[in-house]
Amino acid sequence: MKLARLVIVVGTIIFGAGLGWSPMGNAATQKLVLTGASTIAPLAGEISRRFESRHPGTRIDVQAGGSSRGVSDLRKGTADIGMVSRDLKPEEKGLHAYAIALDGVGIIVNASNPVGMLHRWQLIDIYTGKIVNWKEVGGTNSPITVVHKAEGRSTLELFLGYLNLKNSQVKPHVVIGDNAQGIKTVAGNRNAIGYVSIGAAAYEAGRGTPIKLLPLDGVAATAVNVRIGTFPLSRPLNLVTRSVPEGLAREFIEFARSSEVHDLVEAQYFVPISIR
Amino acid sequence: MIWSKRSILFPSVSADTRILWLLRIASGMAAGLVLLILFFLFAESLPLLWKVQTGRFITDTSWHPVEGAYNLAPMLSGTLYAAGGALFLATPLGIASALFVAYYASPRLGGIYLRLVELLAGIPSVVYGFWGLTTLVPLINELHPPGASLLAGILVLTLMILPTIALTAHAALRALPVEYLHSAAALGMSRWGIIRGVVLPAARMGITAGIILAAGRAIGETMAVLMVTGNVVQYASTVYDPIRTLAANIALEMPYALGDHRAALFVTGLALMLLVIALWSAAARIGRN
Repeated sequence: MKLARLVIVVGTIIFGAGLGWSPMGNAATQKLVLTGASTIAPLAGEISRRFESRHPGTRIDVQAGGSSRGVSDLRKGTADIGMVSRDLKPEEKGLHAYAIALDGVGIIVNASNPVGMLHRWQLIDIYTGKIVNWKEVGGTNSPITVVHKAEGRSTLELFLGYLNLKNSQVKPHVVIGDNAQGIKTVAGNRNAIGYVSIGAAAYEAGRGTPIKLLPLDGVAATAVNVRIGTFPLSRPLNLVTRSVPEGLAREFIEFARSSEVHDLVEAQYFVPISIR
Repeated sequence: MIWSKRSILFPSVSADTRILWLLRIASGMAAGLVLLILFFLFAESLPLLWKVQTGRFITDTSWHPVEGAYNLAPMLSGTLYAAGGALFLATPLGIASALFVAYYASPRLGGIYLRLVELLAGIPSVVYGFWGLTTLVPLINELHPPGASLLAGILVLTLMILPTIALTAHAALRALPVEYLHSAAALGMSRWGIIRGVVLPAARMGITAGIILAAGRAIGETMAVLMVTGNVVQYASTVYDPIRTLAANIALEMPYALGDHRAALFVTGLALMLLVIALWSAAARIGRN
């Protein structure tokens, strides 16, 4: 029974390593659960790490799953704070939203693409399949690869709202999940066009990934323009609660909006809210 | 295990019954798990199955669950194309490499080759996907845009299931009684003659089992496929068209889905499960004949 012993030993090691890796939860006296937008989750994770180190005995759990998930978890009571990367919808107005940062959604193309800007109607025609070649908008003679997001994402809702389109009108060539996949797709395809969070795109472009952000309605896709509110495709990153926050939730939200976390917000290429 | 040794010398009823019950419980749990998963999938899809006629899942105009259109048929075809294409490529390659290792390569070269194939089997699927996204897709894009396509999916899947087929085929060849080979050689048959006339027919069951295992993996593979196939819901007319598989559909939309959209994804899971069940029962029938 060498095999059985081997299986048991290996299994124990893996399981033990897993146990050792995960922090012991019992020591924490107070716990806060955040769920929602995958755009906010990394930032919220950084903020909660700093918050935890300043408030020993607290534990903040951050789970990504989309803005709508954040709202529904909040309603069901499985989360203390929801992360919502857009303005609240009319049917969500009973909730309390506290913006911790701003983010823009930018159009990206490959760095080798000669096209320097696109009008809104050109974007509409590209995304609905009426314009299929870059030469029709001043580029080289090559077919456009339209990169689109999967249904349900708030970046997609924001983008479609800006172009005033329904999702079924869009004729994509590639459908992606998260920002990172979108950036890799555009970086690897000279004729691709996509839309991702400006924060993520600027970060990758700064590290040498061959993509570039196009201006929208003549406004450059930069953090500054998002901050002063001239960039048309921008959104608040909100922490949302069911009622007026109290206790730990209130402390955390105040901390997340304070200047103490500006460096964290800027490190993710978002725009801090309190500078405004 | 000590008591199994003792039970050979002094056949004791109690040890046998004990292990029999242990095995019964273990297999019962495994079988119960499958039934539970099926039940769970069904229960989660039920809200939508009540509301929407079952036929609409293959007759709706498109897949736009937020707008109330739930056509799964293009994704079903995408799944079958990708898995079928990969099997079509990987089966001859896998069997050929198993034959090479077993009968043509020197023991040293064969050993090295076998280790390499095992290594290939151990690479996590997301690594294949990443390689596909950054290397294979741009390459195909040069050939025929947009690059993210059925072809990319087939090639990545081929790489992933090739080791499964090669290793199980090799194991099946190894399991053949040496007397078969010796007798065939004594009859003066050529090496290829032995392989075609004796080895392959005798090892058929093992090789088929490997292919079915590989088919299951190809149909269920998610991350790597999601990263390279483009995920557009449509029927592919050429291998350069992007497609979306059922598994990719779930992974892509589940984190953000609520209400009917979520239920529609569970229906997708149910369809995937039925597809796999159909495949296994077909395989079982082939195996019996």
